[in-house]
Amino acid sequence: MSLLSSRLEPALQPVLDKVASRIPLHWQIKGAHAFQSVKKRAGKNRAVPVFREVPLPGVSTLALADIDVSNPFLYRQGLWHSYFKRLRDECPVHYQANSPFGPFWSITRYEDILFVDTRHDLFSAEPIISIGPQPEGLEIETFIAMDPPRHDQQRQAVQNVVAPKNLAQMEDLIRSRTAEVLDHLPIGEPFDWVQRVSIELTSRMLATLFDFPFEQRHKLAYWSDLAAGSPETTGGNADNDEGFRAAADMARQMSSLWREKEARKAAGEDMGFDLISLLLANENTRDMINRPMEFIGNMVLLIVGGNDTTRNSMTGGVLALNQFPDQFVRLKQNPDLVPNMVSEIIRWQTPLAYMRRVAKQDVELSGQTIRKGDKVVMWYASGNRDERAIENPDQFIIDRQNARKHLSFGFGVHRCMGNRLAEMQLRILWEELLKRFEAIEVVGEPEYVQSNFVRGYTRMNVRLG
Amino acid sequence: MGRITFVEHNGAKHPVEIEAGKSLMEAAVENGIPGIDADCGGACACGTCHVIVDKSWVESTGEMYASEEGMLAMTPEKTDTSRLSCQVTVSESMDGMVVHLPEFQM
Repeated sequence: MSLLSSRLEPALQPVLDKVASRIPLHWQIKGAHAFQSVKKRAGKNRAVPVFREVPLPGVSTLALADIDVSNPFLYRQGLWHSYFKRLRDECPVHYQANSPFGPFWSITRYEDILFVDTRHDLFSAEPIISIGPQPEGLEIETFIAMDPPRHDQQRQAVQNVVAPKNLAQMEDLIRSRTAEVLDHLPIGEPFDWVQRVSIELTSRMLATLFDFPFEQRHKLAYWSDLAAGSPETTGGNADNDEGFRAAADMARQMSSLWREKEARKAAGEDMGFDLISLLLANENTRDMINRPMEFIGNMVLLIVGGNDTTRNSMTGGVLALNQFPDQFVRLKQNPDLVPNMVSEIIRWQTPLAYMRRVAKQDVELSGQTIRKGDKVVMWYASGNRDERAIENPDQFIIDRQNARKHLSFGFGVHRCMGNRLAEMQLRILWEELLKRFEAIEVVGEPEYVQSNFVRGYTRMNVRLG
Repeated sequence: MGRITFVEHNGAKHPVEIEAGKSLMEAAVENGIPGIDADCGGACACGTCHVIVDKSWVESTGEMYASEEGMLAMTPEKTDTSRLSCQVTVSESMDGMVVHLPEFQM
């Protein structure tokens, strides 16, 4: 379904799809924005929850039915750990009937999460993988939120861009761009690691992956933050009107990037290994621009997928090594442990808290009956700390055995497509950090993102020695 | 005792003694064969224990379920004789079987 037709008669669909492919995408988004603004003034929009932060109660003071792990301040206030531990111990498959996002089930143990994640015949990823819906009028289609067989076709079309073969060709470039950032960091004076390292490196990576104008790379992080941060979707604090403007800007710029590369290909020029060039080289995807919602959906998915996740693991790793200083000593003595530590960082941080599904039929799980149509949230952040599956799960252990056996990438057909890229980026970062710095000291308390989905940092001061 | 031979992408050969009843993935991991990640520990849920079975031995690896086909479809180096080694049970009848490893696991 396209933006243009989403409110109209289904019978008109084929005609409208054809029209949609001929109207520039950014105009369609502007049109949808105008339509939503009119609806809002007429009081006809779906109610959007408003979140104001208050100190949350300790979990031991709450009745089980009142525990609401969708609260977007739980992570920031450091309470996620105790809330989820109580659910794992007392009510591992838990029903919350009255959250601001509506009723939902929480799956909190490792084995139950593995079950739900691998049974796409029982649990659908459609229409979206966040607890709440996407903003009205901005419902883009991405394969992370599609079931097989459609999911498989779309994913296969784009996955080669982050396949290990392609990554091997990019390693030197990523390393030199990482080195450049690290060589310009101040020694002995505090600076914001999030801004200067994590955001900078992930924006550079995305610009490389898309062959996006390098000097405008900050836009990629900005678009991503807006796409993942709407209040009704994840409890974030992104502004809806700003989100529409950003979506239109992104559509315009990504479409023109596509057209430029298409023209270069038609002129017989050598094509690179960037995403759009690969899509243009593939028979199934070379006309994707004529299917606007698929095109924009893939762009958004890859930008968001490659942004928050790696960014917050880059910050989380530094924080973990500060909370477990003996591990930093061991790391300096054994730099060969970097690849294993990277998996441990990704488990310890779990940069995305969950993925959501909808039950396709009634399912019995750990003594509860999940009804057809119910929302089911797989809390990876909880499963990664499940004492039943992982020994000493709250300890950060750089040479942990089976460190790769974490839930952060998900399991099953939706398993993170960029996992090898993420591991490579983090490995290169730590290899280059160890060559340069003796001490990486966190100064003061980090500041945290407001979200029930992204487990991340908005600021963390660090002093290098 | 029979043997199964794993062949790395660079051609290095690793013969492994057959222990009937184990999965092919366990046979590889327990014998330290490089190039098998098996991130999910054998749940047919990650696709990182991909192997390419020598054509003449495909039939002896047994039936493939839809869940395995679904995971293999996400593997860029998939071939007609690809299997997830965690889904193949080793038996004495596999004496002499040759299994190739892909260049990368994804």
